[in-house]
Amino acid sequence: MILSLSGVTMRFGGLVAVDGFSLSLEPGELVGLIGPNGAGKTTVFNVITGVYAPSAGKVALEGRDITGMRPDLITSLGMARTFQNVRLFSQMTVLENILVSLHRRLKASIADAFAWTPRYQREEKCMREEGMALLSQVNLADHANARGGSLPYGSQRRLEIARALATGPKVLLLDEPAAGMNPAESTELMRFIQKIRRDFGLTILLIEHQMRVIMGISERIIVIDHGITISRGTPEEVSRDPKVIEAYLGVEEHA
Amino acid sequence: MTINLFFQHLANAISLGSLYALIAIGYTMVYGILRLINFAHGDLLMVAAYVVFYAQGIFHLPLLPSVGLAVVLTTATGVIIERAAYRPLRNSPRSTILISAIGISFLLENLAIVVFGGRPKSFPLPQWLDIGSAAQIGQVTIENITFAIPVVTVTLLYVLLYIVQKTKTGMAMRAVAKDFETARLMGISVDRIIAVTFSLGSALAAVGGIMWSMKFPQINPLMGMMPGLKCFIAAVFGGIGNIAGAVVGGFVLGVVEIMIVAFLPDVSGYRDAFAFVILIAMLLVRPTGLIGEKAAEKV
Amino acid sequence: MTPKDLSIRRGIIFLLATVAVAWAGGDLRAVGVTGWDSYSVRIVNLMGINAVLAMSLNLINGFTGQFSLGHAGFMAVGAYTTALLTMDPVTKKMVYFMTPIIPPLQNLTLPFIVALLFGGAMAALFAAMVGVPSLQLRGDYLAIATLGFAEIIRLVIQNAQVITNGALGLKGIPAKVNLWWTIGVALCTYVLLRNLLQSSFGRALRSIRENETAAQAMGINLFRHKMISFLISSFVAGVGGGLLASLLTTIDPVMFKFPLTFQILLTVVLGGMGSLSGSVLAAAIVTYLMEFLRIVEEPRTLGFLTIPGIPGLRMVIFSFALVIVVIWYPRGLLGDGEFSVGRMLNSFRRMVTRRRAAV
Repeated sequence: MILSLSGVTMRFGGLVAVDGFSLSLEPGELVGLIGPNGAGKTTVFNVITGVYAPSAGKVALEGRDITGMRPDLITSLGMARTFQNVRLFSQMTVLENILVSLHRRLKASIADAFAWTPRYQREEKCMREEGMALLSQVNLADHANARGGSLPYGSQRRLEIARALATGPKVLLLDEPAAGMNPAESTELMRFIQKIRRDFGLTILLIEHQMRVIMGISERIIVIDHGITISRGTPEEVSRDPKVIEAYLGVEEHA
Repeated sequence: MTINLFFQHLANAISLGSLYALIAIGYTMVYGILRLINFAHGDLLMVAAYVVFYAQGIFHLPLLPSVGLAVVLTTATGVIIERAAYRPLRNSPRSTILISAIGISFLLENLAIVVFGGRPKSFPLPQWLDIGSAAQIGQVTIENITFAIPVVTVTLLYVLLYIVQKTKTGMAMRAVAKDFETARLMGISVDRIIAVTFSLGSALAAVGGIMWSMKFPQINPLMGMMPGLKCFIAAVFGGIGNIAGAVVGGFVLGVVEIMIVAFLPDVSGYRDAFAFVILIAMLLVRPTGLIGEKAAEKV
Repeated sequence: MTPKDLSIRRGIIFLLATVAVAWAGGDLRAVGVTGWDSYSVRIVNLMGINAVLAMSLNLINGFTGQFSLGHAGFMAVGAYTTALLTMDPVTKKMVYFMTPIIPPLQNLTLPFIVALLFGGAMAALFAAMVGVPSLQLRGDYLAIATLGFAEIIRLVIQNAQVITNGALGLKGIPAKVNLWWTIGVALCTYVLLRNLLQSSFGRALRSIRENETAAQAMGINLFRHKMISFLISSFVAGVGGGLLASLLTTIDPVMFKFPLTFQILLTVVLGGMGSLSGSVLAAAIVTYLMEFLRIVEEPRTLGFLTIPGIPGLRMVIFSFALVIVVIWYPRGLLGDGEFSVGRMLNSFRRMVTRRRAAV
């Protein structure tokens, strides 16, 4: 088990956003998390990545308790995420967005940076090469020096995923990566996600509203509504589950 | 410490607290709606004081019309500032609008120095409020003005609370403070409500400024700066965005300040610093203030 | 151009510029060069110091996006430290006529460079204390907290008679500063900060400004990096304060009130929050205007007409300018990037066609 949540509950004042949520991911899996709007999916992500400390329950990464740990520490332990609203560093270049993720692995000291010592220059060169290599793998190398915010929407989403990849994670959490994409773009995205899972040996947990995408690539699905898990299983099982259909009640997208 | 002295200190504390409360309300209302620390709010104090000074001194208006004029002009100033310097920046990052507020505050202060002169002036006091006209209660002597201030404050608070709780405008204000977009969708003119908020806050600051000048009859262009900052701290202390909190915060700050002067005269040189100490302690221990609400930020 | 070429190029420019300015300023008198008069030299000295101060404020406010209003406090610490460490014992005895200075400081006199660096270090020490509580706060609260701390520092200075001579201030500070120092420190600061900002650390700081949540999710330790930026910023502010003390030879607690921070903030906003060369340029402009506008404050005679001066008009103009700049030209002169002819032309074109710069 690479990632496990047990009995996670998140309360905001009187509102219970997530209630007794449990989940376990095996290495290499691609699992989908679906539910109507406001069901608590992003809250689950935020608890996993340390943005919120849960009111109850535990989160463990590779057996290590990371409940309520600071997000940057969790990232250094090997878990990365993207955001529902694209949170790129829009004034920085595409390459710089990637390089930020590489910063925490910097070995040179700040004094080296001030003096621009050869030691620092070597590391900078390595970082840039690594960054460019990653950009090539995601087909964004041509835009390396463009401002992050100037990219078309689909590319921005890809950059956000690439940025998360640059942290060298074992587990990747994707929050609605296909949001706002047309069918052609989302098919492209499906291939992209499967490709990076292969190439980088990732375990992926995915939130998505476009049924075609999430049903198409997930190995199994968890359905959550009002903070409670209402169904689990393979995409086929879940799509036939009457409880799930009831929760969505006609808000279904056809492939 | 004699009984007389103690009660005088207490009366002063309540008076000062009332003044701080009146001014703190303006800060908290504006912050509640715009998430802006209106640095210029404290300077409205000064504007009101000078209007009364010139109305009485140059134009020889009696007290009440002068006060009325001051309230009107100060309110107008507040609304104009919002329209000219804050509204254009509503969609800008927060630091930008903060800089604008700082700039306006500075502008008001320096404009006052240029127009009114930097030397302190003596505020004209009516007979019954003059220094030395005091009431006797048993063995205790308390100046008339010290009495008058809490009375006026409480009256105004009642009026304000009535407006906020019982009128449609007040409801609209509360709606806008919660959520701009939703309020707009409900047909509320956000711009108008913001203008109303600024008006109310400025009017209260005006009255506060006039009463301040009656209690401390030396006015100067920078007189609003320190009280302004302290009142913002009071608002944070009580829970920013919360009117009751601002009142509580104002009173607490006033009382603490006088108590320090009364019981710890050696450190009274630091009396202004204590407000900041309270602020910093507050922000670390309980950032939502005494009566504040937790604002969840959507990630 | 590889980074190595860039740093060599920078070093050469730095050297040439320092020599050029010192030459013009007549500090090469020993080799028979005379240049500007002492008034102009003073202005240029001030420009250099203001550039240092502006760059340091820009680092924390502009590049890291943490809105600090505490600069005057750190400048004060640097100024007083440098002053106390450079004044000779005789002067100290004279100046501390009300209460004598504490014994360890009485006879302590150090070389200027040591005193300056110590001033910066002391400022950074205070910044560490201020930063721990303050940097955990959000935007507007950070501003008020740092403002408060600056005022507390100032009040401490004003009340610590035996160390700082309290409200009486310090006089007779040795005037060690000259164009070599001011322009030299300014250029040094520029080069070092530019290196920092172009490095991975710079990217980390800018990512915090862009989007804190995302930066944290990408592994950036928010508090640590904010603190690094804050400490560097206040160290440089302390050095700037020390230079100022040596230039003015007289300091007192009153000069380190909020208006001082305001002036530097104005400079940073004018130059562009996110452009180092913008801060330098704006510092030169603001310093010059401060002097130039003295004219409107002093009475002038035009033939038989005497136009009375209006004291305080300078500050009215400056505050008005700040509001105008921040509403209409929030990106300032150079916005996000560094100086280049193309960028300046763009900037002017935008101003002339009165198109509001995109935020």
